[in-house]
Amino acid sequence: MIRTMRALGATAVVVASCLAGQAPAEAKQLTLCWAAWDPANALVELGKDFTTKTGIEMKYEFVPWTSYADRFLNELNSKGKLCDLIIGDSQWIGGAAENGHYVKLNDFFKKEGITMDDFMPATVVGYSEWPKNTPNYWALPAMGDAIGWTYRKDWFAKPEIQADFKKKYGRDLAPPETWDQLKEIAEFFQGREIDGKKVYGAYIYTERGSEGITMGVTNALYDWGFQYDNPKKPYEMEGFVNSPEAVKALEFYKSLYKCCTAPGMSNAYMSEGLDAFKSGQVAMQMNFFAFFPGLYKDPNVGGDKIGFFVNPKEKYHYTQLGGQGISVVSYSPNRDDALAYIKWFAQPDIQKKWWALGGYSCHKAVLNDPGFAKSAPFASDFLKSMDMVKDFWAEPAYAELLLDMQKRVHDYVVADKGTAKEALDLLVKDWQKVFKEEGKI
Amino acid sequence: MSTVTAHSVAEPSSLSKTIGGIIVATYAVIAILPLLWIFLTSFKTPTDSISYPPKIISEPSVEGYVNLFTTRTRQTPEFLASLPPPQTWYERLVRSRNMVIAGPSKVVPRFINSMVIGFGSTFLAVCLGTIAAYAFSRFRVPLADDLLFFILSTRMMPPIAVAIPIYLMFRNLGLTDTKLGMILLYTAVNVSLAVWLLKGFIDEIPREYEEAAMVDGYSRLQAFFKVVLPQATTGIAATAIFCLIFAWNEYAFAVLLTSGDAQTMPPFIPFIIGEGGQDWPAVAAATTLFFLPILLFTVLLRRHLLRGITFGAVRK
Amino acid sequence: MSTLAERADARAPRRLAFRLGAMSDRAIAWLFITPSVLLLLAINIFPLLWTIQLSFTNYRANRPNAPLRYIGLDNYRDILSDPDVWHAMQATAHFVLWSIVLEMLIGFGLALLINRRFRGHSFWTTMILLPMMLSPAVVGNFWTFLLQPQIGLFNSAVAFFTGADPSSFQMIGDVALAPWAIIMVDVWMWTPYVMLICLAGLRSIPDYIYEAAEVDRASPWRQFWSITLPMVMPFLMLAILFRAIENFKMFDMVNLLTSGGPGSTTEVASITLKREAFEKWRTGYSSALAIILFVTVFGAANIYVRALDRVKQR
Repeated sequence: MIRTMRALGATAVVVASCLAGQAPAEAKQLTLCWAAWDPANALVELGKDFTTKTGIEMKYEFVPWTSYADRFLNELNSKGKLCDLIIGDSQWIGGAAENGHYVKLNDFFKKEGITMDDFMPATVVGYSEWPKNTPNYWALPAMGDAIGWTYRKDWFAKPEIQADFKKKYGRDLAPPETWDQLKEIAEFFQGREIDGKKVYGAYIYTERGSEGITMGVTNALYDWGFQYDNPKKPYEMEGFVNSPEAVKALEFYKSLYKCCTAPGMSNAYMSEGLDAFKSGQVAMQMNFFAFFPGLYKDPNVGGDKIGFFVNPKEKYHYTQLGGQGISVVSYSPNRDDALAYIKWFAQPDIQKKWWALGGYSCHKAVLNDPGFAKSAPFASDFLKSMDMVKDFWAEPAYAELLLDMQKRVHDYVVADKGTAKEALDLLVKDWQKVFKEEGKI
Repeated sequence: MSTVTAHSVAEPSSLSKTIGGIIVATYAVIAILPLLWIFLTSFKTPTDSISYPPKIISEPSVEGYVNLFTTRTRQTPEFLASLPPPQTWYERLVRSRNMVIAGPSKVVPRFINSMVIGFGSTFLAVCLGTIAAYAFSRFRVPLADDLLFFILSTRMMPPIAVAIPIYLMFRNLGLTDTKLGMILLYTAVNVSLAVWLLKGFIDEIPREYEEAAMVDGYSRLQAFFKVVLPQATTGIAATAIFCLIFAWNEYAFAVLLTSGDAQTMPPFIPFIIGEGGQDWPAVAAATTLFFLPILLFTVLLRRHLLRGITFGAVRK
Repeated sequence: MSTLAERADARAPRRLAFRLGAMSDRAIAWLFITPSVLLLLAINIFPLLWTIQLSFTNYRANRPNAPLRYIGLDNYRDILSDPDVWHAMQATAHFVLWSIVLEMLIGFGLALLINRRFRGHSFWTTMILLPMMLSPAVVGNFWTFLLQPQIGLFNSAVAFFTGADPSSFQMIGDVALAPWAIIMVDVWMWTPYVMLICLAGLRSIPDYIYEAAEVDRASPWRQFWSITLPMVMPFLMLAILFRAIENFKMFDMVNLLTSGGPGSTTEVASITLKREAFEKWRTGYSSALAIILFVTVFGAANIYVRALDRVKQR
């Protein structure tokens, strides 16, 4: 009898301690998914404010860019519950909206008084809307980004360099405003000895695996007059993708690659560019604005040694859009908490802090502030660039369109296959096939 | 009782032996050079690792290892001055680069995943493989040759090809990105290797032992467990190590079917990013650490290496 | 005398021992083989059948709710008439062929030299073995670092020995050199494999054959051609079989080294497959491609094994 009582007692104690160990309500937590880069670290810092204000712990899932799309598109396609919030690439909007991965935010915005007029129009179209140019919002613009250029201000400032350049080209050495000027400067620096080392002219994107060379070549294509389709007749690409101007632009990009870039940069995207610029190999580098805060702080090439300029112009003046919007994943079990994060993030003072920490806010309160242009050496270039951005397809089938362009462009520019016209003609055929399968033509 | 040269019984002259030795040693040095360079790189600073032209001698630093195990954010000097002084040597190192440690990196969970999935699948594969190999070795199984070839042919499909339906299967069963799913997958792939290797080992154990035991009253199963298994321990150990090496180094399935919780080291190492660029000292550090267990096993396994890499078809 | 049986009875749980012990050999055989076969059926055969089924449809894994349509042999027709697929097969064949030729020549040569047992040979042999034990993905990744013209070891080393400018050539970005870059890295990794196998083959040749040849006053060269080579041939052919199968399936090392570039110069079949299946999500199409690849390898391996058997019998 006593033994049974003791046994029962022991069991009761064990059970009680198990139950007591369970908190009355589970500690709230949100997981935010993004790419692993500098701005993500800044977001972690910023997120501490959210935790202080709401008590919700933030967990982060950061994946390097090269596997970012694979990883998270996989996750969304498998209806994964890992991410409550996701800062997805601007091109995912179409697929995410049509396949029900993102929560539509219109009602939430209306309820909380968040209006898209507070954000720069280019970012709203680029990061939030699907279909484009309709008031259907699937994300809050989170990270404004575009392609810009950096250059070695200290090299440009050397008197002997300036004298040489003036002698050769008859004008002063200054950051280029047109593509022809950029090529001249690149040719000038190509193979030159500076500080005892051989340096090279320019660094441009040439990555084959994910989206690199496309994100690079579009900067040239747009400026010559390339268009994705007939503005009056959607999905009609013949004559717009492979127009004579587009062919010229593609040939120019290849000539720039062949004449004036560092050897070995045949599969190079953002990180190789940073390596090349930081190790003093190139005079000018094409890269996303997102990296410029970090470059400016770099001990080797930052501070006074670095300068910035916007994408040069040709007949038109555009730059390739980067950046992302933040969305709520529809499979998340913590939808209300996730929406609370979005509400917190959209506040002007949080947006100001976001910019100060190294993120690129899209909020007009930050960008239109009179002090913005002076707040960082690249700030005014960023403003200028965001006014002239153009983006790749954001269709649900964007991945196939992107991979086709990657292949055709890389085949021509790096692998010397065929002519520019042939590459673009084949691209039109590829894209027509995709759209036919999609039922769009 | 083996020849000392391949073309004559006569002992080769010591000159020709030396020349041969020098050629082999030269090849070995060239083959090892990349590995040494990676090892050296793990002790360079990130700036030195991408120095142009490459530096052979540079100031040694354990930044690579610190960077591997932590995530850091770059801060302005003013912010750094406002923080309390660094407590540990690694924090001091990170602060000296104008950065702050934000937390641990994912390398330890990934390493643990590699170990769990590696050892788990190895254990299962060896268990299943031992008993199947015993059956093939001792009993006259109908269609044995065909079954064995079938088992071998499962290794002829490119992993990507198998991954397509496996991905769909796992998605439906909720096994994507789980350690259990990966263990099952690697077990299935390793079982073929295990059966072939263990059959060879068990073939070499004379049947007389278990037959004597059975005469003495043991059942077949008891004979298997008490007589054959102890004798097969070396073979089982060797097989286990080969299965482990395969699971340890596997990339294709890991990158397609895992992304977070169950991700192992091979998909993790090539994507260790520093400040924008790939953090080469950290990648080198990860490569070195990841290779150490295999290095140990290679040395332990030298006698059985040949058998293992040829599915038991070739024995020394 | 009866201690064994007594001890056995005493130790084993009585009823279980009786039941299991009463199992016939045949039952045990099936019990032992079935788990492995079942596992292989589930993870290998069932997916293979599913792949075959998918190859006749237009299924896309990223649109699981779209209606499934059976389109017969359309996928196969598309694949076999696509010049890019043929190009990928060509790139794969080039890779397999040259990597095997070089591994054979270097591996066999090293085996011949090591077989002489010079001083320290076992140390050097272990050194040569190390590259084989690395993960191919990690190898592909750090070789991009080594092959970078400005900051990498390879170009500087070549420049040191030949006096050429380290930036004057690039292995990975050059259309002519990239296929050789992947071959070089593969040879670096797997020559020890062939070497070990040839070594085993050399050591298996019994002395008396050579003694007989000496008696017949055959020259060393003649002995090599008529004794050594034929007796090592089965081993060599086995090495070739395994290496060929592995290199045909090769994905990780090449993908991380060149991403299939420049353009599609080194886009081996597995990379094409991965892009179609997991980036474009054309599941039906890529299933057809997977079947074609598998049939190719399986058929070739079958023919080869038959030839190998014939060589062995000689």
